[in-house]
Amino acid sequence: MQFMLLFSRQGKLRLQKWYVPLCDKEKKKITRELVQTVLARKPKMCSFLEWRDLKIVYKRYASLYFCCAIEDQDNELITLEIIHRYVELLDKYFGSVCELDIIFNFEKAYFILDEFLLGGEAQETSKKNVLKAIEQADLLQEDAKEAETPRSVLEEIGLT
Amino acid sequence: MSDVVEKTLSALPGLFDSQTGAARITSRLRQLVKSITELTSKNEEESLIKQELSSMKEQVSSPNTSMMREIMVRAMYCEMLGYDASFTYIHAIKLAQQGGVLEKRVGYLAVSLFLNEGHELLLLLVNTVLKDLQSTNVIEAYMALTVVAQVFPKDMIPAVLPLLEDKLSYPKEIIRRKAVLALYKFYLIAPNQVQHIHAKFRKALCDRDPGVMTSSLHIYLQLITESPDDYKDLTGSFVTILKQVVGGKLPVDFNYHNVPAPWLQIQLLRILSLLGKEDRSTSELMYEVLDESLRRAEMNHNITYAILYECVKAIYTIHPKAELLEKAARCIGNFVLSPKINLRYLGLKALTYVVQHDAKLALQHQMTIIECLDHTDFTIKRETLELLFRITNAQNVTVIVEKMLDFLHGCSDEHTIIHLVGKVAELAEKFAPDNSWFIQTMNDVFSTGGDLLQQDVPNNFLRLLAEGSESKEEDDQLRLYAVNSYLTVLKGDASHLPQRFLQVMSWVLGEYAHLQESVDQREVIRLLTQLLDQRSVSSETRVWILSALTKISEGQTDLILDLAESLSSSQDTVLRQQAQELRQLSQDSQLYEWVLPRGAPWDSMEVDSSLSFLDGFVSEALAAGAAPYKPPHQRQEELCEDRALNLEPYSFSLPVSLSSCSITDRQSPTLLSVSSGLSGNSTELSQKAGSSTLILEGVKRVWGRDGYLRQNETTAPPVDEPSAAVQPSGQQEAAERLEPQPEPSTQNQDKLQLASSLFVGLGAGSSMSLLGKSEAPPPRFRKKPRPHESSSSSSSGTSERSSDSSSRSSHSTTDSFLYGSLLEEEPATSISAFSHTPKSSTANGLAQNKDTKEDRRANTSQILGGDMVIVRPNTFQDKHPSLVSSDLTALLPADLKDLPHSDVISLTSDPSLSLSSCRLFRDEALLLVILISNCTETVIKDVAVQLTCEELETASLRGNVMNCLEGNSTSVCHYALLMDEPHTNVSFTGTVSYQTQPGHTNTLSFSGTLSAADFIRPLVVSTEEYGKLWLSLSHDVKQNLKLLTDASDPLRTTLNALKDALQLHVVDIIGSEGIVACRLLSGAPCLLHCRVNGAALAMWLRSPHPALPDCILYHCQRALAQH
Repeated sequence: MQFMLLFSRQGKLRLQKWYVPLCDKEKKKITRELVQTVLARKPKMCSFLEWRDLKIVYKRYASLYFCCAIEDQDNELITLEIIHRYVELLDKYFGSVCELDIIFNFEKAYFILDEFLLGGEAQETSKKNVLKAIEQADLLQEDAKEAETPRSVLEEIGLT
Repeated sequence: MSDVVEKTLSALPGLFDSQTGAARITSRLRQLVKSITELTSKNEEESLIKQELSSMKEQVSSPNTSMMREIMVRAMYCEMLGYDASFTYIHAIKLAQQGGVLEKRVGYLAVSLFLNEGHELLLLLVNTVLKDLQSTNVIEAYMALTVVAQVFPKDMIPAVLPLLEDKLSYPKEIIRRKAVLALYKFYLIAPNQVQHIHAKFRKALCDRDPGVMTSSLHIYLQLITESPDDYKDLTGSFVTILKQVVGGKLPVDFNYHNVPAPWLQIQLLRILSLLGKEDRSTSELMYEVLDESLRRAEMNHNITYAILYECVKAIYTIHPKAELLEKAARCIGNFVLSPKINLRYLGLKALTYVVQHDAKLALQHQMTIIECLDHTDFTIKRETLELLFRITNAQNVTVIVEKMLDFLHGCSDEHTIIHLVGKVAELAEKFAPDNSWFIQTMNDVFSTGGDLLQQDVPNNFLRLLAEGSESKEEDDQLRLYAVNSYLTVLKGDASHLPQRFLQVMSWVLGEYAHLQESVDQREVIRLLTQLLDQRSVSSETRVWILSALTKISEGQTDLILDLAESLSSSQDTVLRQQAQELRQLSQDSQLYEWVLPRGAPWDSMEVDSSLSFLDGFVSEALAAGAAPYKPPHQRQEELCEDRALNLEPYSFSLPVSLSSCSITDRQSPTLLSVSSGLSGNSTELSQKAGSSTLILEGVKRVWGRDGYLRQNETTAPPVDEPSAAVQPSGQQEAAERLEPQPEPSTQNQDKLQLASSLFVGLGAGSSMSLLGKSEAPPPRFRKKPRPHESSSSSSSGTSERSSDSSSRSSHSTTDSFLYGSLLEEEPATSISAFSHTPKSSTANGLAQNKDTKEDRRANTSQILGGDMVIVRPNTFQDKHPSLVSSDLTALLPADLKDLPHSDVISLTSDPSLSLSSCRLFRDEALLLVILISNCTETVIKDVAVQLTCEELETASLRGNVMNCLEGNSTSVCHYALLMDEPHTNVSFTGTVSYQTQPGHTNTLSFSGTLSAADFIRPLVVSTEEYGKLWLSLSHDVKQNLKLLTDASDPLRTTLNALKDALQLHVVDIIGSEGIVACRLLSGAPCLLHCRVNGAALAMWLRSPHPALPDCILYHCQRALAQH
């Protein structure tokens, strides 16, 4: 996978993950073009799109569009299911996810994505394992929050 | 799923109140997001963000890390909105470094979002990553791995590699999994660096955790794509894994909608199809599991279809098995007939893939295909056209091209236009039923494709017109038709026409307007002159137009003088110069005859690519004190030297400095490359520098050694009998004898008609197969056979040489063009450029071509003699009953006897011939000696060897063609090969053709690999010189290697082992350090600095060439591993 974009029906970008090194200018250009093209498509049309030398696979969930760019030899259907699995993960984590969850907790959405896809390849496809990993990291975060001051002192003495 | 996400912005206020649960929001971010959603205009947003960014700038240096974390999140948000927050990048790195786990997580995330591989700040992250990888805290190690697998600077890979290797055996599977993926990433960006840990990949493949195993498949897919042959032994394991997965042996966790591990299945199916491709025995191992996969995937869900699609592709890729093919074909039917549009798209895609193997499959689905052709969805339409492109033949070409052009007229996407227009041009060239259709279609191509068109489309078209086919009469008809058509176009409104089209038209009119006798030439001149006045015409096109005018201006002095007058004040210097030439030519009819001889064959010109006629001028200039010319790469080299402040001369000469250019140096590389662009005719001379749009072929060449070349009666190439004419009525006839359609009653009559014209020629009855197994209709524009090179210098080879000497690629495009039209059933892309070269005559020509190259090489190495190019068969009449391992030196020519050489290895054999090869190491080249021995008692005739290797350059060859080879004798042929760019391994292929009985040609193909080690030569320098050179080199690589510790002096033993394997020169050994030097043939040097570091050898390599150190390092690792 080359990149993944999440944007709203109004064309606002909600999440972007690039797996190929591109300069900012190029990224902006691609985003603008793709958002326009995808939003212009009608609901009955198929979820695939040939764009430049890439294949775009997109799917709309409520007000959010999930959009992935893959190479020509990649399997479009499985990419569609990657999107779906990601939505399932978000849904399970946030508990009935909505666009606002992603807007306000976009860093969490990124953490989940990084746990699911790494470097553009599916890393862990078991839902349970992904969520376990995230929860572990979150748990640590909770602990840290509860004992913020003493812990950093501890860390300075012992852990680092 | 859609029911899950149904909250909208109306839920906003409620969310803000709830601080618990999933929607926990950091306060400042919440504020920011909230205020942005309340804004109405872009301007307001901009000013708000500006404010936000400046307040962040103030706080950003705060030591409070938890505040920093919050700032980072806001910075990410601003960047996502498209604003620049680059001042926070450095702080993201700092946060990852200094923060506790909580902050680190955000810091690493910010880094992976902000920076990409090449960003210089990333270097600052390396230490943090190293520290975290060694941390006892699993979470820290795991966050570091996550970032390494996403962004990591290529140069620093050696630093983390040992740590990653350790992580492969870490107890926690999540760590192992991430380490595998990080290694995969490294493999993608720097494959040579991870060569030595392939054994560990195998361990990951056998990991007890299915997740780790799945991750390792990414690496294997990549490795197997690159070299399937190396991994055939794993086929059994992959098949077993797939069997277990399909059989539901994995934990239920990995199920996705009740389908066991679909991602894993798809990955395995891909790997299997790569392994089984063109390999019968490997394919047989997987038939059973493929069958089972097809059978198990029954559920009606996207995910099963994804697996089925991959299965079908695999079945059609590997060695075919009838039973499976049948099942797969049925499966495609499910896709194509599905009401779901996504599945239908996949069905079309599968069909497009499958019709290459079996065109008849398209017949079963013709009505669906036609429906898809009229579909409202652009994507579906385009995929359908792609499918139609694959099934085009001479009978349905007009309908299919019409459909494609219809689509193009309504399309605005640049990439699609470029892509499809190229296909239309390709089809038109291959299958055109008649002249008028061809020219009309090409007109459409040029006006639709416009200036986006790939340059080779107009080039091929013009070349086709210029070279002609086998019959002059037919050619002239085609040209005449083109002229008429263009005159009509130009009489209309030409202002909207694309530049490329205008260029094509003006070239054709310039060359062939005289064929049209009923139109006054003055009218043509008037039309072209009109174009010159139009503002929309680019200055490049003006040059084309003016060249055309020059060609048809004969006898129209008054018009031309007017024109030249009006242009002589043009601001464009090129136009002014051309106008001046035009004036001169029109006043001197004798000169005009020389420069633009009418009716001379296009390929009869001798090109003086060395521009020797300028010698006088150059020597005068030099005598007057001008500085001698230096080629650009030499100037570059000098600049580099200046930068490194290395003021003393090197004690040994780098190759470039040897090729100093004097005027006697006629064949210097630069002169060649310059001259090929200017090889002489009025069009090209007036061409602007750097413009790549000129067609070299097919234009009259009139510059020679003595300036303008007078055209004496050159013998026209033999014109062959016209080929069997194409019946224009063939299409209708074929359409009539179409097979009965399935269920004709229910189908709409129009569609049926369309179907009959689209799918004509695909049925079994019409005996046409797309793979060209059965007869094909004669192509419209078959190339005339190339005249024999040896007959005279006025042959096509001459023009080819000019392009060949400047670049290899142009040579190969020439070839693919040439043979492209002969293989009309295949898309042109699959045509290999060299394999079709006719043997003896062209082999001769090849040697001639090499002539120029050879001389060029001679400048650099000063070793190769000019006589190397003469093809001289060395048949040894003395009897050698058994060849392999017999005394090689007895067979070699005297001048090669003393060279170091490898063992003789057998390449291939058949009942008549046996081939073996041996490598001889000459300083400036690798000699690949091929020994051809006749195993029979009888004489073998017309033996010709053809060797191909894309990565290497052949400097010379000897003995590759011989008229006869006596029974039981052996002949030697050898190729001097050069490696300009380092490649770790290169493979070569070749064929030997020979005749045991007259008229019956056999071919024997062979292949082999050469390693970079064959091209490495010792570089003898003193320690002092080494030191100087070291400082001047820029590209370096460091890595720890294995030290051979079993001897008393490990360093010396290790270096000697390397020296034996790689022909390195050990310059000096001082204490625990050793310095070693080598070079790539007589080219780029590479210096190695080795130091004993505990039980390892720390190696530091430097070279002016960026890829050479990696390559040498790889071979060092191998040499030590094998020791």
